Amino acid sequence: MNASAIKNIGGWAIGVPLVIALVGFAFQGLASVNSSFFFAWPYFTEVLIAGLLQGVMYSLVALGFVLIFKASGIFNFAQGSMVLFAALTMVGFIEMGLHWTLAFVITGFVMALVAVGIERLVLRPLVNQPHIILFMSTIGIFYFLDGFGQTLWGSDIKVLDIGIPKTPMFVGKGMFEGGLLINSFDLVAAFVGAALVIALAVFFHYTRIGRALRAVADDHQAAMSIGIPLKTIWVVVWTAAGVVALVAGIMWGSKAGVQFSLALIALKALPVLILGGFTSIPGAIVGGLIIGSSEQLAEVFLGPLIGGAIQDWFAYMLALVFLLFRPQGLFGEKIIERI
Amino acid sequence: MLYREAGQFKTSYAKDQAIFPIRQDRILMAILIAIAVLGVPALASEYFLETIFVPFLIFALAAIGLNILTGYCGQLSLGTGGFMACGAFFAYKLATAFPELHLVIIFLLSGLGTALVGAAFGLPSLRIKGFYLAVATLAAQFFLVWMFNKFDWWTNYSASGVISAPPREVVPGFFLTGNDASAVTKYLFLVCFVALMALIAKNLVRGRFGRSWMAIRDMDIAAEIIGIRPLWAKLSAFAVSSFYIGVAGALWAFVYTGSVEALAFQIDRSFQVLFMVIIGGLGSILGSFLGAAFIVLLPILLNNGMLAIDPTISTALVSHIEFMIFGALIVLFLIVEPHGLARLWQIGKEKLRLWPFPH
Amino acid sequence: MTAATLERPAPPAQSDASDAPAPTPRRNFSEELLKVEDISLSFGGVKALTNISFDIRKHEIRAIIGPNGAGKSSMLNVINGFYHPQVGCITYKGQTRSQMRPHEAAKTGIARTFQNIALFKGMSTLDNIMTGRLLKMRRNFLWQALYWGPALKEELEHREKVEAIIDFLEIQAIRKTPVGRLPYGLQKRVELGRALAMEPDLLLLDEPMAGMNVEEKEDMCRFILDVNDEFGTTIALIEHDMGVVMDISDRVVVLDYGRLLADGTPDEVRANQQVIDAYLGVSHD
Repeated sequence: MNASAIKNIGGWAIGVPLVIALVGFAFQGLASVNSSFFFAWPYFTEVLIAGLLQGVMYSLVALGFVLIFKASGIFNFAQGSMVLFAALTMVGFIEMGLHWTLAFVITGFVMALVAVGIERLVLRPLVNQPHIILFMSTIGIFYFLDGFGQTLWGSDIKVLDIGIPKTPMFVGKGMFEGGLLINSFDLVAAFVGAALVIALAVFFHYTRIGRALRAVADDHQAAMSIGIPLKTIWVVVWTAAGVVALVAGIMWGSKAGVQFSLALIALKALPVLILGGFTSIPGAIVGGLIIGSSEQLAEVFLGPLIGGAIQDWFAYMLALVFLLFRPQGLFGEKIIERI
Repeated sequence: MLYREAGQFKTSYAKDQAIFPIRQDRILMAILIAIAVLGVPALASEYFLETIFVPFLIFALAAIGLNILTGYCGQLSLGTGGFMACGAFFAYKLATAFPELHLVIIFLLSGLGTALVGAAFGLPSLRIKGFYLAVATLAAQFFLVWMFNKFDWWTNYSASGVISAPPREVVPGFFLTGNDASAVTKYLFLVCFVALMALIAKNLVRGRFGRSWMAIRDMDIAAEIIGIRPLWAKLSAFAVSSFYIGVAGALWAFVYTGSVEALAFQIDRSFQVLFMVIIGGLGSILGSFLGAAFIVLLPILLNNGMLAIDPTISTALVSHIEFMIFGALIVLFLIVEPHGLARLWQIGKEKLRLWPFPH
Repeated sequence: MTAATLERPAPPAQSDASDAPAPTPRRNFSEELLKVEDISLSFGGVKALTNISFDIRKHEIRAIIGPNGAGKSSMLNVINGFYHPQVGCITYKGQTRSQMRPHEAAKTGIARTFQNIALFKGMSTLDNIMTGRLLKMRRNFLWQALYWGPALKEELEHREKVEAIIDFLEIQAIRKTPVGRLPYGLQKRVELGRALAMEPDLLLLDEPMAGMNVEEKEDMCRFILDVNDEFGTTIALIEHDMGVVMDISDRVVVLDYGRLLADGTPDEVRANQQVIDAYLGVSHD
């Protein structure tokens, strides 16, 4: 993984709990001043954990972005609609009576087909165009996949159930009175996310194609000049991103139902990317956790003070303020401008 | 042979720097203005004026605004919808607080207010670039829409949350807003107003400001070293751009829809205007008009085309297929001509210079 | 370290600049325009410049030479404020400061060109050179919006100045061509034009002749000498072509590994043993 991330693990281990504790104490202070402000440590912890688990879901979407940005420098706005499309397709196959594992495999193939199609029809003709043009073309793909998915499978809200238990659990009864309420589904999601990240990290670092991928990410032309087949790499990457989108779609879909708004959660992955950096897989995870938890804490504790629903913009504002102080992101190196 | 500049000698730098240095262009422009002012209102039906020409002109204004920021200064923004909302709500508050104020002044003032907001959200552009900045402008988009939605002060504590623009006259006897406003009044007012604003934008981009914006866009480090301050260049681009977008937002709410609501300025609106700029041509005022026309007309044509093929088709399906075709067309368009309609126009002119001879 | 850098000779144990004989310039210049004293610059742990001191006198052509990676471009970047040295001070036109700021340098009359051409690729030749006049334009926003009256008059005055530069550099034919489409040699010329449009007192040229053929080099030499003669502009230039450097410069600074190796007239520098060692390599056994 990222060298600087590992180097700073000590700092993180101290820093993160410190920040969380400071936020907690700040809230506690606020509660003692303002009687309408409710605060209790077990509740705080519960909200924090719920937020972290929500953050894992954001990370899942952000991962797809990172994969494509790393390998092609394309800011893939269509990642969200890929999530929706994958989830819709999966539900469609399950409704045809297939077992969910079979549906999963078939949908994986469909996503590979989508990847090939995107590479053939969109990326290949646009190679060497400026980044903004490629970005615009992914917005075109976004619209297309949204329309295509819903034309094929309809636009009703669908239920996706692959048997993940959704029972609430109480943990840590010894620490707090009554214990902490955690949804077991969120825990499963966290495990799936972790597994996916490990798989991707292994793929990137220990396989031949992963090495080629990193070369392509550094410099397209240099990579091509030593004989790396750019086109194959792009298909592989978009397929991988499609599979990541499928996993994210299953998780989000079983949590909140498969519907159009699924495409829009992708937007929440953008501040995650800003925090973590567009090219860093650990960054996507850490960024997701930070965004998820701070958003949740802000909504629950600060939201009532200023009218609520601050979830709509809090993540973006957080990213914006963060960027002002650290433009290179969490794990980025400081940029020395050369001329 | 018709479109030929041979024999037209420029004897002063002033003539060389005119917007239309070639006589044929000037004639074409004069004809276009005559059609716009006299022909269209005489021939087009009320329905056409209201559903096509009015939104086209307002979108063109917003596209000019975004083009100044993205096309000329190179700062990608996804906050257009939020800034349009700013203009709309500022105009509403001004119009209800000062009923005697003339509408044009209200529009300009709300534009100025939006310019301030835009400059504030432009501050991060000094430290971050490219897509990072684009995501930062999303903060403006979501925060502004949330703010207008959440606080009743903006809607004067109206119970429904949907408020209609107060009726006002633009010249005595001619209502521009409200139920008594006729489509022709709206159209003629917009034609004059937007043409004037476009002219000002053109003047800005070909002068000192435009050059410093383009210098920042093309190579910010070199710009700094020849004495351009990135701070002022970028903030002025954000301010001017937001001014145009804010005025467009006010016009949208007052003249086009007649109601002021934050939901009209969601993120989709930002993308819509961005599409216009890209399809019309980055860094071209003419392109902003062409792009706006394209994006306004396309869905209408698609919709009518599909209903003509199968009248029983469900509206949901129509909208999904529309999405699909729209997305596909965008991609196709980018592949065919990534520099937009303005470039196609230019290539056409080059061809015309030689026509009908091949060389 | 890469193989290429390993092949280079080891750096000298210490800087012997003070031992060099006092420079006796070909032409006589006495008035000091710019002086850098004791400049040190590092990026993280990498030292780019170490204790560099030299001066540039009014109206002279001053060359800065040295092997690749010697810190020549960094030196120019320090002078016009793009890099900020950790130690040392810069005296320019009698004013001493520890660092410059780019727009301040531009305002006080320092212009420069770049090693890798830094033109505004989306703009025409004319517009590129006009950007050099931006600092001299005064009319406010409202006049600009009208493009009429004083704003138009100002625009035309500057246009006339720019046209004079276009004539001087013999690039009339490409006036309205977007610079991105021009060949390399012409781009370098346009870049010089943009710097000249600023009417600088001190012109910094970073490898103005890199990648040019003989004719283009001769043209560029002619322009540099003419600018120096006709406009009285002081010029500091980095160049690898020793023939050119020895022919056109009045005094030469030699850098190696971020240290000052020698400073003097072309003849003195040519005779300096350390310079010969640095360029030809020397065995240390």
